[in-house]
Amino acid sequence: MADGAIIDGADSTDAGVRRRDFIHIAALSLGGVGGLAALVPLIAQMSASDDVLAESSTEIDISAIAAGQAIKTIWRKQPVFVRNLTPAEVAAAQSVDATKLRDPQSLADRTKPGKANWLITMGVCTHLGCVPLGAGQGEVKGEFGGYFCPCHGSIYDTAARIRKGPAPKNLEVPPYVFSSDTVVKIG
Amino acid sequence: MVRIFGPLVGLFFAAALLWSFGVGVVQQIREPDPSTAVKDFHRDPKEDVAFSFDGPFGKFDNRQLQRGFQVYKEVCSNCHSLKQIAFRNLADLGYNEAEVKAVAKQWGTKAKTFDAKTGEAGERANLPSDHIPAVYYAGTGNPPDLSLITKARHGGAHYVYSLLTGYTTQPAKLLKRYPDSATPDGLYYNPYFSNLNIAMPAPLTTDGQVTYSDGTKATVDQMARDVAAFLTWTAEPKLEKRKQTGWAVLGFLAAATALAYLSKRTIWANLH
Amino acid sequence: MSFPWANQYKPSNAFTSWLDEKLPLPRFVYNAIGGGYPVPRNLNYAWNFGVLAGFCLVLQIVTGVTLAMHYAANAGVAFDSVEHIMRDVNWGWLMRYGHANGASAFFVVVYIHIFRGFFYSSYKAPREMIWLLGVVIFLLMMATAFMGYVLPWGQMSFWGAKVITGLFSAIPLVGEPLQQWLLGGFAPDDAALNRFYALHFLLPFVIAGVIILHIWALHIPGSSNPTGIEIKTESDTVPFHPYYTAKDGFGLGIFLLIYCAVLFFFPNALGHPDNYIPANPLSTPAHIVPEWYFWPFYAILRAFTADFLFIPAKLMGVLAMFSAILVWFFLPWLDTSPVRSGHFRPLFRKFYWLLVIDVLVLGYCGGSPAETKYVLISQIGATYYFLHFLVILPIVSSIEKPQPLPFSITDHVLGTDAKTVAA
Repeated sequence: MADGAIIDGADSTDAGVRRRDFIHIAALSLGGVGGLAALVPLIAQMSASDDVLAESSTEIDISAIAAGQAIKTIWRKQPVFVRNLTPAEVAAAQSVDATKLRDPQSLADRTKPGKANWLITMGVCTHLGCVPLGAGQGEVKGEFGGYFCPCHGSIYDTAARIRKGPAPKNLEVPPYVFSSDTVVKIG
Repeated sequence: MVRIFGPLVGLFFAAALLWSFGVGVVQQIREPDPSTAVKDFHRDPKEDVAFSFDGPFGKFDNRQLQRGFQVYKEVCSNCHSLKQIAFRNLADLGYNEAEVKAVAKQWGTKAKTFDAKTGEAGERANLPSDHIPAVYYAGTGNPPDLSLITKARHGGAHYVYSLLTGYTTQPAKLLKRYPDSATPDGLYYNPYFSNLNIAMPAPLTTDGQVTYSDGTKATVDQMARDVAAFLTWTAEPKLEKRKQTGWAVLGFLAAATALAYLSKRTIWANLH
Repeated sequence: MSFPWANQYKPSNAFTSWLDEKLPLPRFVYNAIGGGYPVPRNLNYAWNFGVLAGFCLVLQIVTGVTLAMHYAANAGVAFDSVEHIMRDVNWGWLMRYGHANGASAFFVVVYIHIFRGFFYSSYKAPREMIWLLGVVIFLLMMATAFMGYVLPWGQMSFWGAKVITGLFSAIPLVGEPLQQWLLGGFAPDDAALNRFYALHFLLPFVIAGVIILHIWALHIPGSSNPTGIEIKTESDTVPFHPYYTAKDGFGLGIFLLIYCAVLFFFPNALGHPDNYIPANPLSTPAHIVPEWYFWPFYAILRAFTADFLFIPAKLMGVLAMFSAILVWFFLPWLDTSPVRSGHFRPLFRKFYWLLVIDVLVLGYCGGSPAETKYVLISQIGATYYFLHFLVILPIVSSIEKPQPLPFSITDHVLGTDAKTVAA
């Protein structure tokens, strides 16, 4: 600070100088703390608001999904695939040696115990975020019978595991629980 | 130039104003503004009711808010919307998650759905994230949305309380002085209402109209207080947080300002 | 002004000297509001309000930008989006109350700043340009505040927009098309709301630009002071930093204490309850009143109730309302007294306080319902207002005999002005 000249008053003892310096430093520090504290609300206002957070979990009625069918639904503004696998699809997924896959996971890792036919995954390709095909009726499922991403050709199997193409990971399984046999709560 | 035209412009405006003033005074003498029933009989909200949230340290009383919510639900919600409030907000009143869910699910008016594929409108049970569904009222009058009513009226909660407890028969004095101002059919006399005649019949009429689950005696006065408190919360759910934050901020500022004063005094001390 | 004794900026290390060569920003700041700007040593607390006004602008821009991240300028959702800010957005209530009360705080500060200028005749040569730019800033502030008040799309927003744009319809011939052009329609709606939002966002930055010119113009003659006499020697001045930075810091603390007390405990005291009712084109509020800072001018507008000569009352009101501010532009040439400070002008001083009372009375009437008694009082108040600036000031400045001035600022401060000179 350039105010050394001011603080060196005629009557300044060493103790006086130190006490005065302390006042300036304390005043400036409190000003700084106040400024920083004011930043907190200014920054926090950008995080998700209460109405958005209120929609962070979604309940889905799965009673109408027949074996072999899938639905696309929305959770946290992103697509989710809920698929009722046929016994053949379950068998196909279980017959693969999971340890040899790019992202080694078994079907059991990706479904709830006793509910191996309910495959619930995000509909977001792990490559660049496109929505893969295969959940809608008549859509291409790819050579492994799961999902096919049209953007860059990633192919997923019936456990939605990545088998071919550029995607690095399996389709993500969102956190969910079975509220009852027919209702799933995601998030 | 300015010194020539300035005074001229000034005198011009002054002349125009004094002309208006003169015309106004003459008119006022010839036919003074008539007094009206509203001027003579309208009353300001009763201020002698104390609410827990009054004052800089005021807080909501959750039990009272829950009672007020019950009054809203069982009485007001037949005609009045509360659309700024979502069911999830009721957690502020001390309801737990399951209770909020149950309130939403059991709410009389269902949430509207629209199937974009078929164009069909439908209904589903409300979710906690839904706002309280709008109420459509076909009768006379336009029941206002109550979400912000205590902020939208002078006197706030006191106004709501006064209005609800203020129904009375039209004073004979009024009818004598303003024979044209008799309350029209289908309207009700209430001195706290802006034009004295309100389309809403007294909504709280008998003690025990609502059965409080916490055992409080549901007198008309009590119900009016409770719903006024509840509507203060709906208008400003962040009231408590605002006041608490305020004290912290003022405390900090007082300290910082005191230090700034000492610092200023020290710097200036050598000058005088 | 570059007084010969002003401290020179000396870079303190290698980096600042490198920066000083490439972009002398630290030097610029040092000379503008640092140790390099010599300021009269006798400024009183009335001189704090310029810095406070600058602070208010920053406050409004910061809170305003955060509100803009959540607000939706569409007649169908604008009201609800403001309530969304108040209820769901993190700290949204603080931003919104801070912004609404910040506007009031800004006007309080600026009014004190302006009336300080009136009392000490800060508009006089050589500071006319600072004054003219200041009036421009005030006009821009009024436009910004008006458009900002429309955004929440409550009853007062809607009817305020309708009434104020309706003023333009008083202009002969082009009035009606002009109003339609301003609104982009026949009544305030999406088009008006959207353009008001765009301009409300833009104008504060224009204000910031004019403030830079205002301060630039200030640095040419240097700050005025309560004695109104010019700086003569180095002993009349102190460097802005640390003397006035410290004093402004303390002033800012007091300001924030008052502002926050209102913001946290009476956030709606300065607003009108009707603006918490969503806009309804079919129902007019019982009393349409603007925000408090427009009340004196609103009273002048309403004071014209009778046609005068061949001019309709409505047009007179509009002309007078705008003229009430436009006369400030001519102040440097209306007040010709060689003495600046009201401290040494006994007659001027009396009229000054009369003006203060007059404006307060006008403000009170402007905020009251349009009943005859308030209109009659406004008519007298508005008459004095125009006479004060356009007739009384020129006369007073030529007939008044000012009190003797101190020899110098230093003498005045030290109370040793035995030798006095008439200016």
